[in-house]
Amino acid sequence: MKQTLLVPPHPLEKRVLTRRFEYPRTEPVWIDEYLQTGGYEAIRKAMSMEPEAIVEEVKKSALRGRGGAGFPTGMKWSFVDRRSPKPKYVVVNADEGEPGTCKDRILMGYDPHRLIEGVLIGARAIGACRGWIYIRGEYREYIEIMDRAIEQAYERGFLGSNVLGTGWEFHLSTHTGAGSYECGEETALLESLEGKRGNPRLKPPFPATSGAFQCPTILNNVETFCAVPDIILNGGEWYASLGTPRNGGTRLVCLSGHIERPGVYEVPLGMNLLTIINEIGGGVWKGRKLKAVIPGGSSSPVLKADECDIPADYDSLAKAGSMLGSGATVVLDETADMTKVLARLMKFYAHESCGWCIPCREGTTWLKKITARLEEGLGTERDLETIDNISQNMLGRTFCPLGDAAAMPAMALVRKFRDEILDRIRQAEAFAPAPGTQPLVVL
Amino acid sequence: MTFSPELEAKFAKMIGNYPPGRQKGALIPMLLYAQDEVGAVTEEVIEEVAKRLKLSRVEVEEVLGYYTMLTREPRGRYHIQICTNISCMLTGGEELFEHACRRLGIGNKGKTPDGQFSLEEVECLGACSWAPAMQVNYEFHYQMTPEKFDRLIESLRKLQ
Amino acid sequence: MANMVTITINGRQITVPAGTLVIEAAKQAGIDIPAFCYYEGFSVQAACRMCLVEVEKMPKLQPSCALPAAEGMVIHTESPKVVEARKSMLEFLLTNHPLDCPVCDKGGECELQDMTFRYGLGESRFLEIKHHADEKQWSPLVFYDPARCILCYRCIRVCDEGLGVGALGLSYRGVSAEIIPNRGDHLECDECGWCIDVCPVGALTSGTYRYRSRPWEMNYVPAVCTHCSNGCKTTLSVRNGEIIRANNRDRSGINGEFLCVKGRFAFDFVHSGERLQTPLIRKDGRLEPASWSEALKAAAARVRASIERNGKAAVIGSTRTTNEENYYLQKFARQVLRTNNIDHHRSGDVITLLQALGGREGALATVQDLYTCDAALVVGADLSQQHPLLAVQLRANWRHHQSPVFVISAGPVREDQYAARSIRAEAGTEADRLEELRADLQARRNLVILYGPSMKGEAVRRLVAFGDSLGIPVKYVCLVDYANSRGALDMGLLPHLAPGYRPVEIPGMTLDAMLEAPDLDLVWVVGANPLEGGRRFVSRDAFMIVNELFLTETAQQADIVFPAMSLYEKNGTVTNVCGEVQRTKAGPKVMGTKSDLEILGLIAAQLGFDLGVPLPDRVFEEIRREVPGYNVPLALIATGGAAPTKPPAVPAEVDAQPELVRSSGDTLFTSGTLGKYSKKLGEVIEAPGRLYQVLVP
Repeated sequence: MKQTLLVPPHPLEKRVLTRRFEYPRTEPVWIDEYLQTGGYEAIRKAMSMEPEAIVEEVKKSALRGRGGAGFPTGMKWSFVDRRSPKPKYVVVNADEGEPGTCKDRILMGYDPHRLIEGVLIGARAIGACRGWIYIRGEYREYIEIMDRAIEQAYERGFLGSNVLGTGWEFHLSTHTGAGSYECGEETALLESLEGKRGNPRLKPPFPATSGAFQCPTILNNVETFCAVPDIILNGGEWYASLGTPRNGGTRLVCLSGHIERPGVYEVPLGMNLLTIINEIGGGVWKGRKLKAVIPGGSSSPVLKADECDIPADYDSLAKAGSMLGSGATVVLDETADMTKVLARLMKFYAHESCGWCIPCREGTTWLKKITARLEEGLGTERDLETIDNISQNMLGRTFCPLGDAAAMPAMALVRKFRDEILDRIRQAEAFAPAPGTQPLVVL
Repeated sequence: MTFSPELEAKFAKMIGNYPPGRQKGALIPMLLYAQDEVGAVTEEVIEEVAKRLKLSRVEVEEVLGYYTMLTREPRGRYHIQICTNISCMLTGGEELFEHACRRLGIGNKGKTPDGQFSLEEVECLGACSWAPAMQVNYEFHYQMTPEKFDRLIESLRKLQ
Repeated sequence: MANMVTITINGRQITVPAGTLVIEAAKQAGIDIPAFCYYEGFSVQAACRMCLVEVEKMPKLQPSCALPAAEGMVIHTESPKVVEARKSMLEFLLTNHPLDCPVCDKGGECELQDMTFRYGLGESRFLEIKHHADEKQWSPLVFYDPARCILCYRCIRVCDEGLGVGALGLSYRGVSAEIIPNRGDHLECDECGWCIDVCPVGALTSGTYRYRSRPWEMNYVPAVCTHCSNGCKTTLSVRNGEIIRANNRDRSGINGEFLCVKGRFAFDFVHSGERLQTPLIRKDGRLEPASWSEALKAAAARVRASIERNGKAAVIGSTRTTNEENYYLQKFARQVLRTNNIDHHRSGDVITLLQALGGREGALATVQDLYTCDAALVVGADLSQQHPLLAVQLRANWRHHQSPVFVISAGPVREDQYAARSIRAEAGTEADRLEELRADLQARRNLVILYGPSMKGEAVRRLVAFGDSLGIPVKYVCLVDYANSRGALDMGLLPHLAPGYRPVEIPGMTLDAMLEAPDLDLVWVVGANPLEGGRRFVSRDAFMIVNELFLTETAQQADIVFPAMSLYEKNGTVTNVCGEVQRTKAGPKVMGTKSDLEILGLIAAQLGFDLGVPLPDRVFEEIRREVPGYNVPLALIATGGAAPTKPPAVPAEVDAQPELVRSSGDTLFTSGTLGKYSKKLGEVIEAPGRLYQVLVP
């Protein structure tokens, strides 16, 4: 009865993290099957390694954070002072909320023990005693899967007061969110974990020095942790070689929108964006033409069709003025209404702004209101300058990256699709104020 | 106030998941699970959770107003959340939401008079590759169409 | 000495301790960086983004409130990028802020207005509908208008960090985020109004002031609070002789901007309809209104008759009148009435303390010492309830300097929240528990001990002996009740001690003895209510003159009542609980009243006595000359400073009369006679409050 979320494998995929998935599987890989297929070998190996060596291996792998920011994981782990007298913690960010992103659920839903094993290795690397998997509240299904997997891991001695008989004590539990995109930001997530509002924290101190409950903490995305067991088993160099320089390994790409075969696929970093869309995703749906791609979740600036012929890795996309982000690739066909896309995204950011700082709280709301007016056909040309300018005023000045996440796509959309939005305005010119209207309020 | 034995057991375990003296960590999970059982975060729930976690009322209310899944008002027996964010919007999420409004005769955050259904337009549910997506309580429904929606509502009505 | 670093701000080199926040470093150099959420002494929020500055080699603008100065930093606070960012922040803020400045209480003294004036854009591009949420009343004293709120979180912080009350929180999110009170739709707190005070805009407004005045219509008068003994400076905003509000926004005085509910709101007794505004003379058994000349003449005649027939006179002084009035009163008693039968309501055993200290200098703590001492010990007092300023000082000392507080009290107190140790001991037995703290206290560099009215006589001597035995510098505060309780003692409103605690030859009657004496001929009560609760003088036939604000139980029994001014209506000095002298100035006017100094001066003149010119400054000159310890620097007093007095030596053989020490046990919401006539104080749900009962958050 249960629907599979898996898609038939594509030959261009490189399946490392998804290697245990087989279409049309509906149930997770539970512990026996996991063990039979090499599961928990990596943690056994890691237990025999020096913690520094684990971090070194992860550094060599060129693994970068898969949550969106793309920070080198090994470096992040190396910031934790193992000699600190405070307890050390591991936190998994499974608050998957970036629009377009739906990969963490797949990883937790089909191979939960891989995540646990990745967490164990991270915990071992910093000498942690406890970990939490912070899962968004809507993912109750996956919370239950993880809970069951954690229970199994406890039963088999992979978790608990004597991990693998080594005397090392490590506990792990899930923690549910309750509806907040902002909690995907690492410090807001930590606040939420502590039972508070998801308002972000001042940085520094960074979580590596003062994270969960003010103790040294490593905090990574689900996919990041899931990549770790194979890095330990096969070596960092092997993993790095799967991708492009400085962009190691494979990544999960979530294809959605106007695409023929939407789904979550695992591809080597650096695969051409058009290859992903046209080959793996089967191209734009309904035989239509490609108009634009949002390459890394809604916060990543949109790419026009002619900008998409680039390798999809962190550095190449950054060079193209966008981001690899969370791996969410949203395809827009020639019929897509960019004004509507703009208005919908701005509505999202205004809804999710925590309200802590002025530029984000007021900026996102303002952008939402202007773009809603544009969508209704009540815009003016001047609104486009205003959107661009408001966005610039937010950029880099908000407390946390949410302000940037709203400003960047807004700027990209009004700049790249200016003509289309202007057309919409002109169509409804009858409603618009006379050109060159003076501001309503002069202070 | 007490909760069901299962929930009590869950809470007992949950509080132990946080470092000593930092049991406030359990606040959000407790509120959500209590809401699932009671139907809403009622005054009684606020007081009870505050008491158990040794928190002030204001600490509970700060959180309660912040997280969108938490509610003071009871929702319908079937709480329908329809995503209209980018991937769902591109594949018919908005049309689905409008259809749902018409079908149920209620608007966003409305509840049918019989208390069976409540409806909410929500942000990304993380089901983008299977858009348009929606949730009935915690259950996901993927690749929805107005027709599939109608069939679902019918089957839920029959369950009553 | 901390590590010093040199930074450059706007081309100027500044050397500051490493870690100093750039916004503070700039301030030291006289460079103003605007900010809403940054508030000195409270936690950093970095939320308003007004204080963004450009730092060379950093790609993004940095919030200077959260940026520690580091060696070699080059900072620009007025570069085009910074100026432009500020403009945009103000533009953002104004998008949803209602422009109802013409009717907003804050108009004219609003930080948002001022910043917009200084840094803002000239035009608005915002064409959309503003977000709105309705105003809410949280208590009779506190109103919140979320639409005006800019979310700087100052209110939350002063309540939580400053007071330890934590009655305010933040709920909802994004543009809907707003401040919430601790009881759902209302507040239960100290009602101190600090939140209103620090609000940079008109989001939090006061129940007493809202929609009543424009700030430029009022005169601002520096007064000392007439309620408890802490001696907070309260700036009275006076319009047409009426107090419209009280606050201390300029942070002058020992209390900075802090005021409790009494200092900020309980000034309304001044304009109570029950104020006496004409003298009263008893005719045919009833008190009838009379003219001032008639009443003065009648009083003078009666006093003269009493003197002539050598009748026994008794004088009861006040704990709320000025030092000058108290000094003049004891002079009046001792020189005109030729009696030492003078006393007042004593609320703390200061005399034993001074005896035990033997005149040693620097042994009395000042209010400032409470913020700088290395540790504090509170014995037998509910400090937050009875001495709110002292409590706030200790708390700030703990927050900023981690100086521990130790408590020995009869019940739970708010200081327990952060106290290093709290000991529960029944009132009167606190001294028995001192030894338990010896090791902890000896480890500190210095200590301030504050003790309440349950500590008296032997207990105080034991306390000082304990302090002496610690081997560290120890200072003391003897907690007393009212605004000039300490001054009344110092000015010799005592039967056995003249001003400066100099023993008199033949001690007079104590307050208790006066009430019990069968043969009094004349009783003069100034600003006191000894007959509270239906008590009577045993000498029923004694002629009684009363100077009062209200027809109290005592005034009701009087033969002549003079309508007196309250402390807010007159000039003079008062001495606070720490023995610090401060000047207070006359603000409002209540028609028909006179100061006690003037009343006594007029009577003395009618009787042909020269007690000196009855003007406050003349009497104060005499006090400085005559009263040991009171030779305080005039310049300090004149500029609104608090001058510590030196503890005079009190001879060991003097009887401290500890049995007469009886505190009224006022809470935050009571204030003796004045409290009864303050409507605002009675209206709040927390009134009348209870000691040793901590607000449950």
